Amino acid sequence: MATFIANRLIRSVVVLFLVSVVTFTFIQLAPGGPFSADNSMRPRPPEIEAKLMAQYGLDRPPVEQYLRYMGNLLLKGELGPSLRQKDYTVNQLMFSRDFWANPMQTPVMISATLGLIAFVLAVGTGIPLGVVSALYRNKLPDHIAMFISTLGISIPNFVLGLLMILVFALTLGWLPVYGWGDSWKQMVMPVITLGTGGMALIARLTRASMLEVLGQDYVRTARSKGLSERVVMSRHALKNSLIPVVTVLGPLLAAWLTGTFLVELVFAVPGIGRFFVSAVTDRDYTLIMATILFYSVTLVLSNLAVDVLYGYLDPRIRFD
Amino acid sequence: MSSNTQPITGPIPAAVEEDVLKRPRTSLFQDTIRRLLRNKVATVSGLYILLIALAAILAPLITPYPYDETDYSNVLGKPNAEHIFGADELGRDVFSRLIFGSRVSLGVAFVGSLTAMLIGVLYGAVAGYLGGWIDDLMMRFVDLMYGFPVLLFVILVMLIIPPNSPPGLIMVGVFVSLGVVSWLGVSRLVRGQFLSLRQKEFVEAARATGATPWRIIWRHLLPNSLGPVIVWLTLQIPNLILTESTLSFIGLGVQEPLSSWGKMLSDGWRSMRSAPHMAVFPALAIMITMLAFNFFGDGLRDALDPTMRGRD
Repeated sequence: MATFIANRLIRSVVVLFLVSVVTFTFIQLAPGGPFSADNSMRPRPPEIEAKLMAQYGLDRPPVEQYLRYMGNLLLKGELGPSLRQKDYTVNQLMFSRDFWANPMQTPVMISATLGLIAFVLAVGTGIPLGVVSALYRNKLPDHIAMFISTLGISIPNFVLGLLMILVFALTLGWLPVYGWGDSWKQMVMPVITLGTGGMALIARLTRASMLEVLGQDYVRTARSKGLSERVVMSRHALKNSLIPVVTVLGPLLAAWLTGTFLVELVFAVPGIGRFFVSAVTDRDYTLIMATILFYSVTLVLSNLAVDVLYGYLDPRIRFD
Repeated sequence: MSSNTQPITGPIPAAVEEDVLKRPRTSLFQDTIRRLLRNKVATVSGLYILLIALAAILAPLITPYPYDETDYSNVLGKPNAEHIFGADELGRDVFSRLIFGSRVSLGVAFVGSLTAMLIGVLYGAVAGYLGGWIDDLMMRFVDLMYGFPVLLFVILVMLIIPPNSPPGLIMVGVFVSLGVVSWLGVSRLVRGQFLSLRQKEFVEAARATGATPWRIIWRHLLPNSLGPVIVWLTLQIPNLILTESTLSFIGLGVQEPLSSWGKMLSDGWRSMRSAPHMAVFPALAIMITMLAFNFFGDGLRDALDPTMRGRD
């Protein structure tokens, strides 16, 4: 198991290196820069733009810029100054100026909290829904469960969020329209909005894979050994049918932990999701690198967790 | 048909006539249609899709107002006799904008999916037909692309487009980036089909009779793997409707005065307290259309292969 994890870790480092190079290359290719004129500001004289570029070292050769950036990141943990939000470093934008003063209210932790609760909700409802569906194949519970999950897949989360605001906040007045951190009520709608799509996806996958597994010989063997239906289901069928489900959980968890732009936008949650978009539209190079690397690291770690789970679910994978 | 029945003499039992003679020979295609029509949800969804596609094509003929005509006496007007879905912040008719918006939303989805399908089928076909190390190499590339999250990739592609370029160029960017990211799934699908099909006897027979590789791909392998591809297509379209509306919602999609469902939703969101109808109708349009495509796609999959119901 240790070599298995070590193997994956080495591969992950290579992937992260590639991601950083690709992102950096895209940034170099992108027309426009953080100091060139856009709709939101007056045109800037080219000399001043050049001076600003020089001040941040953006006039240096790309390779030198890349090495300096990675050096600062790896040796000092610094993500560099934000090019568009003056007086802020990227670290301060993402972790707030003093992380330890109130860790749960920093952008990174707000996004992570929202993502994690939604994830638990999605897994906790999606898997049972899929199992029930498979056990009652083509009967009423299956039809109901599949209708719910098709609905869940079909409603984009921002549409669901807007409709929920209209109904539960503006019409019924049960829940606050937006915000985060003042009351648990503010968490209800963002969490449901985010979790629904994942729940639907997980339910469909669980059902499909459960049906596949229920037809396998080892399930028949288990039954013919006289094991109770409950044991056959939980020990033989469910455990094996979770493998394809677990596969999608890695990327899903990573995407949700690192902030979901739309849900945070709709409910005005001050997480890091917004940086993914504003960094690109502002051409804030250091913030672009930071968001993408942060996401990739989380993705790699979640996939590692998935691989370990695989090893637990299916011992054959461990010895590959 | 009739040639089969000629040797039979004397009166034909009614039951046999009903069962064997009156029932035309069914091809896989006819069989699929028959099973599809039995599925009411899928049929209704299919009709809805036809209707909305027709509405998009005939938009100028059926909308009561042009999409950009402003009526300042009706700014943020609630649904009424003049504007059945109400009017927006500039007094433009929400119903008309919705119909015109479907051109963008459905157009991007159709063109994007078809492009992705062409690329994916070609790529998957080559990989699956050739097999061996070429297949290995091509599939590793697909894996690598899979590692990139879709929306992030779209954003990266949008990075290449200059920030102040005309809306047309931005739309092209949306088309291209959506096409680029969504061919991966179908290429895997086709490759898998090809790998298993090329072992079959009928392919060997074709090769033995001297058919060229191109002919084998085109006449034997492709038609036999088309079913899953069509299902993929109908399930891919709602994905692209979603992505387009997401992009428009965050302001990276179509620009004023054009409309798309995502853009209308984002406008409506801004005026949600004073004019909820501006958000409700595009939200419903997106929701119902995505549902229809998903139900139709599911139905089509079941109809093509009834044993596979619900297995992805």
